[in-house]
Amino acid sequence: MTAPVPGIEHRYSALRLFREGLRGQRGWTPAWRSPEPRRRYDAVIIGGGGHGLSAAWHLAKDHGITDVLVIEKAWLGGGNTGRNTTIIRSNYFHRESQVIYDASLKIYEGLSRELNYNIMFSQRGNIELAHAPSEMEGMRRVVNAMQVAGIESSLLTRDDVLAMVPLLDPSPYCRWPVFGGMIQRRAGVARHDAVAWGYARAADGMGVDIVQNCAVNGFRIEGGRVRAVETSHGVIEASVFGMAVAGASPELARLAGFRLPLLCMTLQAMVSEPLKPCLHHVVASTPNSAYVSQSDKGELVIGGGLEPVPSYARRGDLAKTREVLASVVEMFPAFSTLRLMRQWGGTVDTSPDNSPILGPSPLTNLYLNCGWGTGGFKAIPIGGKMLAHLMATGRHHDLSAPFGLERFATGRLIDEAHAGVAHD
Amino acid sequence: MTNPMIKPGPMICPFCGPRDASEFRYGGDPSVARPGFGCSDADWAGYLYVRENPRGLAREYWVHSQGCGQWLVAERDTVTHLVLRVTEATP
Repeated sequence: MTAPVPGIEHRYSALRLFREGLRGQRGWTPAWRSPEPRRRYDAVIIGGGGHGLSAAWHLAKDHGITDVLVIEKAWLGGGNTGRNTTIIRSNYFHRESQVIYDASLKIYEGLSRELNYNIMFSQRGNIELAHAPSEMEGMRRVVNAMQVAGIESSLLTRDDVLAMVPLLDPSPYCRWPVFGGMIQRRAGVARHDAVAWGYARAADGMGVDIVQNCAVNGFRIEGGRVRAVETSHGVIEASVFGMAVAGASPELARLAGFRLPLLCMTLQAMVSEPLKPCLHHVVASTPNSAYVSQSDKGELVIGGGLEPVPSYARRGDLAKTREVLASVVEMFPAFSTLRLMRQWGGTVDTSPDNSPILGPSPLTNLYLNCGWGTGGFKAIPIGGKMLAHLMATGRHHDLSAPFGLERFATGRLIDEAHAGVAHD
Repeated sequence: MTNPMIKPGPMICPFCGPRDASEFRYGGDPSVARPGFGCSDADWAGYLYVRENPRGLAREYWVHSQGCGQWLVAERDTVTHLVLRVTEATP
């Protein structure tokens, strides 16, 4: 089946904007259809977040598989895709992580064009602060490893950091004095909703069906294979299934009869009232457990570490809010006068080594994309591409091969336990 | 000793009574059992890494770290964060 190429009528462009302006904006159509699901598809993806929608797009684009259904329990991008702090970076220590996250960053660099949807990727640079000589040693190790892998990254002196981020407390006697730092200049932030919507629109344009408000309630399994999923819209059969459901992964795995080495916890984020531009970079302090950037609307987007208790609450605990805000105000005294506008939480599926799980599941035609924990947003393009490759070929892509579920039994972990505050 | 608890608020330590939640620390999944020597790699990985992780009512180890120091077993809802019962942990 050939994919319907979106016609010029439906492409977003300055010309189209101009024309719709002249026609009273009456020519816009919904960005994707909302069809009733059919009873059978070639491929079914469970989870309409960034990873699931990206997988649908890559199934269609890379593998020519367009008879695809994406099932979403709630609304598109309403889980962690729409709850994160939108940081995209690839400053990891281990080679396996470096290559997969940098491949993702590279796709992000061209994604607005690829999807014909402005995801507002702003490569403003990600600065990680060091507060002591020992932390500088650790950063030297990471920067060296990145440079050896061919990924741009550099160390910053104290003067460099204070020149780039003048609002940081410069006192050598404060709780977290600035000693130095490291920067990845290609890192940045993007508009998270646009990533989900852009993938949804592009996949829909290739013929993928997307169904929202459709929960998976069970699996029909025969001889170690998934024959169908039982959903709130009926039983749907497919030849191959993928799941990209983040915090719902342990539950879904339980329905399918296996268990995953994941622990679900709450990661919270918050935004201040909007300000005039005052902070150019993303600034993170791992020891101080906080990171902050300024959105295009002017709000400070603030995040911190995980809450220390298993939780599916999807709301942030006030004790953690206080801790994160105290850290931010320690670093940026001027921010202490700001009011907080919103605070929220998402359920993240953390894995034992802080690296994702990509690959086959114990069921032969069900593939996994989970365990991204606190760092899934930056990996949406590559996570979807890897899941699509697994679903289309039944085999690992070179980039995903180290991240299989079997690594917990073989002991070949990819330990990114120190890959940032909450690696976003 | 058991302490019924019906609404969110301080956690009730069976030894110290109601105390602020910040005094307690989460301590893991009490259902994990160490397999014997000679178990398979998969069983060992399960012991090391796989946890119950339920959505809803969970049995959990907690420790009253800023209080009496006792290890406790709490029955807690992971969606509402309601603590329903706290008992002394027994080895």
